[in-house]
Amino acid sequence: MIELLQQLGKNTRTGFTKLGRGTFFLLQTIAGILSVLPRPRLLLNQMYSVGVLSFLIITISGLFVGMVLGLQGYYILSDFGAEETLGVMVAASLVRELGPVVSALLFAGRAGSALTAEIGLMKATEQLSGMEMMAVDPIKRIISPRFLAGLLSMPLLAALFSAVGIIGGQMVGSGMLGVDEGAYWSQMQANLDFQDDIVNGVIKSIVFGFVASWIALFEGYDAIPTSEGVSRATTRTVVNSAFSILGLDFILTALMFGDN
Amino acid sequence: MQHTNTQDTLVGLFVASGIAGLFFLALQVSNLSSFTEHDSYTVTARFENSGGLKVKSPVSSAGVKIGQVSSITFDPKTYESVVKLSIDKQYNTLPDDTTASVFTAGLLGEQYVNLEAGGSEEYLKDGGKIEITQSAIILEKAIGQFLFKSAEEKK
Repeated sequence: MIELLQQLGKNTRTGFTKLGRGTFFLLQTIAGILSVLPRPRLLLNQMYSVGVLSFLIITISGLFVGMVLGLQGYYILSDFGAEETLGVMVAASLVRELGPVVSALLFAGRAGSALTAEIGLMKATEQLSGMEMMAVDPIKRIISPRFLAGLLSMPLLAALFSAVGIIGGQMVGSGMLGVDEGAYWSQMQANLDFQDDIVNGVIKSIVFGFVASWIALFEGYDAIPTSEGVSRATTRTVVNSAFSILGLDFILTALMFGDN
Repeated sequence: MQHTNTQDTLVGLFVASGIAGLFFLALQVSNLSSFTEHDSYTVTARFENSGGLKVKSPVSSAGVKIGQVSSITFDPKTYESVVKLSIDKQYNTLPDDTTASVFTAGLLGEQYVNLEAGGSEEYLKDGGKIEITQSAIILEKAIGQFLFKSAEEKK
């Protein structure tokens, strides 16, 4: 019994210590962003590996999610004779929820895990300590450009996801199932608000990009420098990012759409 | 060098397509392009009951959308609902004896303000008032009246 309590206390303490280290790491990373700005090449390379390489999976998933929404939405709405509102349903669910959330989950799986593995391996092969030896700050040189790239890429990816999804929903809805194309777009425009829907969706995706990049980079930086440690850190990145994204999504939704 | 060049191009394409996606969402999906506040004028209408009318509900005349509801407030002195309508500037020739009524689009559809032009030669101006109004029909009230009436007839 006592041992159990001791274990619990130890785990809690390790948890808080890790959170503290993570926060300190985040502050250092944010401070390091300033030194990235004079070297756009570093940022550009990371935008390539974080953003461009995630482009394909995001657009293809977005297309299919939109098509499924179009199909399911049509089946449900046609029961009530309200097929014309299909556009509203597809667009609202994509822009408000699925766009930011699903693209953030894919981002954590595609780019986040790669970041953790890359940095964990750098640590395991002592490249990071090598840099420190050469008086190059690894946070400024390695971490901050990746963090900034994640932060910038995520809203773009989420917007792409939603846009492609809406087009996919339209393809299925009016191409296959015969919903009027004009009604699809006009109902959408009449019922979605720029401030309430689009801007809030973009804010969500920025928050998710921030959290997913932070977790991925910190897990890599904090990994035990063995092959097993790196593999565990990669798993933790995906699991923790998914938890944080979904939990934060609930909080953000409650804050943003509460008064409607 | 060749390698970095293609990488730059791909990053450029990625950023451009992301921004294009954002523009698509802003212009094609939301109502940003359809109506802007600054080229409109505001008139006030007082309703005994504005029903399920909401801010941004459409204002239409003869079935064409000409504006939207910009605010709904309750007047504690007269117990009326004060509805501000912002109407597109290009429709500035509405007579000042226009009738405003709250209608419902379809059986379960959203409520909107319908403006029916009168015969006056004076036009409504910015900040003007619509004097003749007709309240929303509350379904429960109508059913209640109907039931009451049929019960009376049976006696």
